[in-house]
Amino acid sequence: MNARPWLIRGARVLGGPVQSVLLRDGLVAALGQAAERDAAGAHARVLDAGGLLALPGLVDLHTHLREPGREDAETVETGSRAAAAGGFAAVHAMANTSPVADSAGVVEQVWRLGRDAGWTDVRPVGAVTVGLAGERLAEIGAMADSPARVRVFSDDGHCVADPLVMRRALEYVRAVDGVVAQHAQEPRLTVGAQMNEGSVSADLGLPGWPSVAEEAIVARDVLLAAHVRSRVHVCHVSTAGSVEIVRLAKRRGLPVTAEVTPHHLLLTDDEVRSYDPVFKVNPPLRRPEDVAALRRGVADGTIDVIATDHAPHPREDKECEWAAAAMGMTGLETALGVVQAALVDSGFLTWAEVAERMSRAPAVIGRLDDPALGAHRHTGRLAAGEPGHVTVHDPGAAWTPSPGSMQTMGTNTPFAGRLLPGRAVATFLRGEPTALDGVPVDDAPGAPSAGGGRR
Amino acid sequence: MRHLLSTADLDPAAAVRVLDTAEHMAATQEREQKKLPALRGRAVVNLFYEDSTRTRVSFEAAAKRLSADVITFAAKGSSVSKGESLKDTAATLQALGADAVVVRHPAAGAAYRLATCGWVTGPVVNAGDGQHEHPTQALVDAFSLRRRLCPGARDLAGTHVVIVGDVLHSRVARSDVWLLSTLGARVTLVAPPTLVPLGAGSWPCAVSFDLDEVLPDADAVMLLRVQSERMTGQFFPTAREYTRRYGLDARRLRALKDHAAVLHPGPMNRGLEISAEAADGPRSLVLDQVSNGVAVRMAVLFLLLTGNEGG
Repeated sequence: MNARPWLIRGARVLGGPVQSVLLRDGLVAALGQAAERDAAGAHARVLDAGGLLALPGLVDLHTHLREPGREDAETVETGSRAAAAGGFAAVHAMANTSPVADSAGVVEQVWRLGRDAGWTDVRPVGAVTVGLAGERLAEIGAMADSPARVRVFSDDGHCVADPLVMRRALEYVRAVDGVVAQHAQEPRLTVGAQMNEGSVSADLGLPGWPSVAEEAIVARDVLLAAHVRSRVHVCHVSTAGSVEIVRLAKRRGLPVTAEVTPHHLLLTDDEVRSYDPVFKVNPPLRRPEDVAALRRGVADGTIDVIATDHAPHPREDKECEWAAAAMGMTGLETALGVVQAALVDSGFLTWAEVAERMSRAPAVIGRLDDPALGAHRHTGRLAAGEPGHVTVHDPGAAWTPSPGSMQTMGTNTPFAGRLLPGRAVATFLRGEPTALDGVPVDDAPGAPSAGGGRR
Repeated sequence: MRHLLSTADLDPAAAVRVLDTAEHMAATQEREQKKLPALRGRAVVNLFYEDSTRTRVSFEAAAKRLSADVITFAAKGSSVSKGESLKDTAATLQALGADAVVVRHPAAGAAYRLATCGWVTGPVVNAGDGQHEHPTQALVDAFSLRRRLCPGARDLAGTHVVIVGDVLHSRVARSDVWLLSTLGARVTLVAPPTLVPLGAGSWPCAVSFDLDEVLPDADAVMLLRVQSERMTGQFFPTAREYTRRYGLDARRLRALKDHAAVLHPGPMNRGLEISAEAADGPRSLVLDQVSNGVAVRMAVLFLLLTGNEGG
């Protein structure tokens, strides 16, 4: 590689002391004085990052890119542009596409689309069961051995509800060092469920989604995972009870990790009183006491990961009555701002801990730190010699998201009109910027494109 | 009052105003010439996504007696059954010049969305939205109760109203709880625990699982319809057991105070939640609820379409 290096000048690295970061040959080449010194002789391009934060490139463990099948909602190209704009250097694309990503062919297609787009490292998630039907195991080995090197398996959108199928899946993924990411939702307890079951659902006359339907599955799965000595990851934990179960499980040394979404850290079911389907999501927005418990869970490490569950929908799927609307919210471009509002500015988390929850932990869970991935490795660390993935965040750039001004095709952001305290301003992938000034870099050297992908 | 979406939006003064206006309307209905010119030239659209002959006919009669033009838009016979969205239907009605929209919809919040999304500009009347609310039915109930229990009084202060049955799935029960408590009544819900919403603890009412304990203290008992689909949903073991524990049979009827009234929003399952003795006896307000429906809905349309000039 002969491209000129990049110097990110004067950022607070991980929220700590001000340092410069030199990116060269796809790696973090040096920090601090050494970075300034080496940059001088190398004609480095400079990003003035005074007052900004430098974090290891974010890794999303839970993204819906919708392609193949729902290109009216999002494509790998638009979704990964949104990822770049939001500070993500890698995203895990969920398997509930059409066709379902339950075969080597589909995961490889998604992986290639991601490579061709080039805005972020797209890591396909493989389905646990054929067609997400919860009955027969998908070809987990073939997906793991394909060029996509799948390590995360999930039927997200559906729960692997049959305990025997879940047991077998947990056992089987051990052979590929994989993990089952469970969408914890007991199906019988949530027939027709529309929102959190509680005082708000009672008022609104909407069928309730009880917290116990999540907690019963979380409890079962941590016990199953311990029994077969596999690891299990709990997607989008949403209730205080789930946090308590995971906390207890970790205290016992059980092999469980858990994630929470930014929206569950900030919004409550009170929003549903508007009957605005932009607040319809699965699992549903919960009570204020659940939000408080989730924040504490992230702070004390019970919850390992903050993942977006970015779920774009076309406008018509949200411009309707509540019961008819699709579930899900966009999140890639608002995640860091929401996390700052919910956790950092309120004292639950340091920026170094944000980097742990949004980069290091998801990278390790998804096995993105595997040296075999070469230049596409993600370690979630920002130090000399690490991969050159860096997210630059401006904690003082307050902004108000609006659906029309985002990279994602989805207009279903629940944060529209809400002031967020900060935003990602630049993202570097393998030492080159994929986003600058908060927008994707369309003419990045080595990745020219006009309207198409960064090939 | 800009719209009528939920009885929770009515303060005591607004609720009493509707009831008082309904009394005036009822008085005009005693005359030979029943028709009033109040809404001449105004168009009221009845947008019904669910079969509901009673409510639809009641609204139609109310609008016609006020000389409004009535357009009934039944979803089954319209483009809605071909999958047209609520938004597009609303835009059509707006283009047709609807001055007010009365909407019945199987989805909770549909009336609220119609009123708040800017899809229509005129007032919206919720004629029942899913399992959420049915505010005009609650106004009918309050009107009928005030006439029977508190003649000449302003509100329902000092009365105890017992609502029995499937509260969980009942839009009538929700609207009644808000409205009757706003009007000063004490409300007790009685149902098997499976049919009480988990969050009902925050409602302005008491909850009991024992009808026999509550009945002697009631000034009025309202029975809610038990839908046939509850029979298969494991909400209670059998219809017979439901009737034994929660049905207003002849024995329970005798446990009531002398003046206590019996209500049912209809349609009734005779022999299940209500016995023939209760439905047809002198305590019964069931037919009053039907006949008062027109006057109350006239009042609602009149207030919404003429009462907003002062802001």
